Amino acid sequence: MAYLEVKNIYKRFGKTEVLKGIDFSMKKGQVVSIIGSSGSGKTTLLRCLNFLEIADAGTFSVNDKVLFDAENQKVLTDAQVRENRLHFGLVFQNFNLFPQYNVLENVCLAPKLQAKERPDYKANAKKINAEIEAKAHKLIDDVGLSAKCEAYPCELSGGQQQRVAIARALALDPEILFFDEPTSALDPELTGEILKVIKELAQRDMTMVIVTHEMQFAAEVSDQVIFMDGGVIVEQGTPDEVFVHPKNERTKAFLSRYNNA
Amino acid sequence: MDFLTITQDLLQGFGITCLLFIMTLILAIPLGLLFAFCSMSKISVIKIPTKIFIWIIRGIPLMLFIFVIYYLPSLLADGNASLNIFNTIDLKMTIAAGSNELLWQGRFLAVLIAFVINYACYFSEIFRGGIESVSQGQYEAGYVLGMTKSQVFFKVVLKQVIKRIVPALSNEIITLVKDTALANAIAIPEIIKCAKDMASSQALIWPLFYTAAFYLLFVGILTVVLNRVEKKLSYFKA
Repeated sequence: MAYLEVKNIYKRFGKTEVLKGIDFSMKKGQVVSIIGSSGSGKTTLLRCLNFLEIADAGTFSVNDKVLFDAENQKVLTDAQVRENRLHFGLVFQNFNLFPQYNVLENVCLAPKLQAKERPDYKANAKKINAEIEAKAHKLIDDVGLSAKCEAYPCELSGGQQQRVAIARALALDPEILFFDEPTSALDPELTGEILKVIKELAQRDMTMVIVTHEMQFAAEVSDQVIFMDGGVIVEQGTPDEVFVHPKNERTKAFLSRYNNA
Repeated sequence: MDFLTITQDLLQGFGITCLLFIMTLILAIPLGLLFAFCSMSKISVIKIPTKIFIWIIRGIPLMLFIFVIYYLPSLLADGNASLNIFNTIDLKMTIAAGSNELLWQGRFLAVLIAFVINYACYFSEIFRGGIESVSQGQYEAGYVLGMTKSQVFFKVVLKQVIKRIVPALSNEIITLVKDTALANAIAIPEIIKCAKDMASSQALIWPLFYTAAFYLLFVGILTVVLNRVEKKLSYFKA
């Protein structure tokens, strides 16, 4: 049964039609990679799924709960959008850590703000905050940065910042974690540490959608690969189907450009 | 008049200088923030009038604006301004309570209004620049973590804005200290006015130059405080 179900997503910016009817679905615990050249609409799709852009048409649902329906979007309150958005986590290309907070505070900020809305917060504030911090320590430890809890983002390498960003996204227990080119802003020698963290998450059956230019990595980690071009899904299938036996000419051309580069 | 009496007289004037400075600062910052949000509004009936207003206020000399605030309401009310309405206001202020000084209190209100509006306009442009310089990614990171718009502004963006605007704001604040001297245009007995009065009544010119010591000391202290704020925010890069 499909866990994430995306149907017929359209998005245009002015006169440019960026997404022209995107349909795909994935199962719980799967990893889906989205590949394609710049401008193919990969990032816009991710942004639509995370409510950073509002799609013009289409729907998507998780676990049969409709999170977005272009028809009804205008009647949703800000609070409902916030709630729907929390099913997902998003890791950005540029990390976007909060510079004035240290690593631990970056991971704890959103969970602590959310805890304040709990009815039992006032009575148990200390205990709740201690729990959030303990969990944050665990997540930071998982990405191998327990020695850097007190460090500020400007004191970390790009790879370390991105690992903190992953821990921060996981702190809210998203059902699906999205990555928007998580290694594109990094020096080549730093991409390995991020890919390692993502692989570990895959082994723990985290449901993930990864927009990436790392073909080798996509082939290793994904259950399903989607190739996008010109705002449509041109080809999708297992890594073997897409990378080794592509059927579509556009996929072949794209992959050969990569292999020759 | 000996040095001590002159110092005391000037100190009284300097008290009024400081009062105008502090009150302008306290009132112009929130008003400037409001102007900044209005000038960034997506609604053009809010945005365009705000922009025009800021253009006018920044475009005319502050001294002229003081005259406008002081005379215009009376002119509009009775057409000849023989009795200025600001002179009829009794604020019952306790500062500088000498009997002959009660006359300036209503006029002080006129000057304060002019200063607050003028500085709010300058501050608003600094605030707008600071707010717009924070990358969209910071907002988006907050939103995808389920924060509300106000949480994103107050918990994520604000401190980065403050860090960026402190140098520009420091400049404006130091200018404000010296601009208070313009209040003597409508005979507010601030320090320069006190010194000028001495020059005309006692034929003493050196107290006028002596006022510089008060300004230098005050600006010196301000500079130290503002540098400290800047240093305190230097632990992160934004």
